[in-house]
Amino acid sequence: MAWQYRDGVDLIQLENSSVLPMLRGVFLKSLYHNCFLYLLTETTNFFCSTLSILSSYTNVEDQFQFRLAPGRKKEVKKVMKKVSVIGIGKTRYGVFKEKSLLDLAVEAGKKAMEDAGIAPEDIDAFYLGNFAGSDFVNQNHLAPYIGSPLGLRPDVPCTHIENACASGGSSVREGILAIGSGNANKVLVIGVEKMNTVPTPKVTEFLAKAGDWENEVKVGYTFPSTFAMMARRHMHQYGTTREHLAAVTVKNHENGLKNPYAHMQKSVTMEKVLEDKRVVADPLRLYDCSLITDGASAVILSEKSFSETFSRKPVDVIGFGQANDSFALYQKQDLTRFDATVEAAKSAFIMADIKPDDVDVSEVHDCFTIAEIIAIEDLGFVPKGEGGPATLDGVTSLDGRFPVNPSGGLKAKGHPVGATGVDQIVEITLQLRGEAGKRQVNDAEIGLTHNIGGSGATCVVHILARG
Amino acid sequence: MSEEKEYAKPLPEFRPETKPYWEACKRHEFVLPRSKVTNEFFFYPRALSPGEDMSEDIEWAKASGKGKVWTFAIHHMGPTKAYKGEPPYVVALVEMEEGVKMMTNIVECDPKDVYIGMDVEVLFDDVTPDVTLPKFKPVKK
Ligand SMILES: CC(C)(COP(=O)(O)OP(=O)(O)OC[C@H]1O[C@@H](n2cnc3c(N)ncnc32)[C@H](O)[C@@H]1OP(=O)(O)O)[C@@H](O)C(=O)NCCC(=O)NCCS
Repeated sequence: MAWQYRDGVDLIQLENSSVLPMLRGVFLKSLYHNCFLYLLTETTNFFCSTLSILSSYTNVEDQFQFRLAPGRKKEVKKVMKKVSVIGIGKTRYGVFKEKSLLDLAVEAGKKAMEDAGIAPEDIDAFYLGNFAGSDFVNQNHLAPYIGSPLGLRPDVPCTHIENACASGGSSVREGILAIGSGNANKVLVIGVEKMNTVPTPKVTEFLAKAGDWENEVKVGYTFPSTFAMMARRHMHQYGTTREHLAAVTVKNHENGLKNPYAHMQKSVTMEKVLEDKRVVADPLRLYDCSLITDGASAVILSEKSFSETFSRKPVDVIGFGQANDSFALYQKQDLTRFDATVEAAKSAFIMADIKPDDVDVSEVHDCFTIAEIIAIEDLGFVPKGEGGPATLDGVTSLDGRFPVNPSGGLKAKGHPVGATGVDQIVEITLQLRGEAGKRQVNDAEIGLTHNIGGSGATCVVHILARG
Repeated sequence: MSEEKEYAKPLPEFRPETKPYWEACKRHEFVLPRSKVTNEFFFYPRALSPGEDMSEDIEWAKASGKGKVWTFAIHHMGPTKAYKGEPPYVVALVEMEEGVKMMTNIVECDPKDVYIGMDVEVLFDDVTPDVTLPKFKPVKK
């Protein structure tokens, strides 16, 4: 019996022709443990068949311990049946005094269903990504709050996911798992944030809650400080300069100008960025920061076999990963990388069976310029420490070797926190369908999204491919 | 800071696992929690020591109060409105001689003079009658 297993993840692969008796045991055991088990079957070219089990029960270890050779290297190669993105929708991003959180979310959800050519009653599950509705709009219990005006069936589970700035990415992941489990055929995922309800200092306070309030915020720490401290380490260790950071700004503003949905529609020169004196948290200045944005984005996910019927151009989810890291900055050993990104990307690349080199286009989490530089290093597009010079050299520009953030990214497209992870899927879907207009990356076949939460305590990576 | 009439910035809570720390600060003593099992210091204060042991067997040990600036940011904008109008201040991660890092402020020095690797030592700021915050200042050569 050959099989593969890894600690602390929710995924197992079994490989054997006589696997059924064991599976039955596993199934009974897991039912007993009241956990979900997802069985996926797949035929290989070889004499044996492969059965993969995907479980959301985190402590799978308990059940399988008896089969583990001690100290065995645990790796996961392949995962699950295909899930496709069959519909996308979004609102414009910007400052919308006249639109409520509900208006934004419903608009995006409705557009996504229209795009997929389905009706609200076709939806089997709804996941909502939102970070701070309770702070910004004094509203909790947001998933049914949005689900019911959308006209979802009464038997549809509506679930809100909060993972700071990665709320959207985590919601997409839950949607994929719901389909993988056989619990749903079609899932609606919406990400929304309405941030321009309070002045900037209050926004900063609400955002700081994604940090460690007791041990960080009370000394005057803010979100920009997280990334300022990372930038300073990156500068110290690798010689990254303000010019390198500014190259991210210039590129993303340029891309945003080609995106009619972007919040910031203004190009900016290197000189202007470097001359700007508005310091937020030194070494980061105004032009290093993402925007305070209102907006919503939505996707419809479907099992691959269904997707063919629905969408003109389905896009498949071929890999995903979510990982965690020490919560607070003072617990981290290295501030020039995000361990959660490295881990999430590793899982996603293994699942998709591709290498970083194979990625044609990416949307990464550039909440601050330094975050994009660290992301392209962590994702394996460029060697560690070379993110700055590579950006300055145009490696991540629309026509570069690894186009990054064609949408304008969080920097120019805007960062409605809970919507961001969903919107990255929207943008990559547009790119893979060839519908991204002036910012279209030529012949994009494989795209990646990278969404981090807090100071990198959560990271979600998705890899999509033309269907 | 201490000279302000009313201190409106966020204050720490005194809970069973953090109380000895804040009480020591009030006495102007710098202590850190240490696992009696592994003999290793850790920070932040909590009920169970970190790592595989997760033991309740924790002691409070006198610490040097000395460390080096590991990284820092100079803030022109604080997390709450109580910071409004404050001059730029330094938030830093200080790596203590005991090996733990802590998020703190560097004071008694021009923010522009702070650098990675700077030797700093603790000082105590009595911000309210009940609460004293540990902050750090450059070690005089
Ligand atoms: C950078 C920041 C503090 C600026 O806020 P602010 O000082 O209130 O700025 P204002 O809204 O008053 O805008 C002032 C000007 O700067 C521009 N501006 C605001 N934010 C900008 C940004 N991030 N980049 C470029 N220009 C920006 C505005 O368009 C405005 O331009 P105008 O004078 O030509 O109209 C704020 O955008 C911020 O906190 N961003 C980070 C958000 C964040 O932390 N997100 C979570 C990340 S994990």
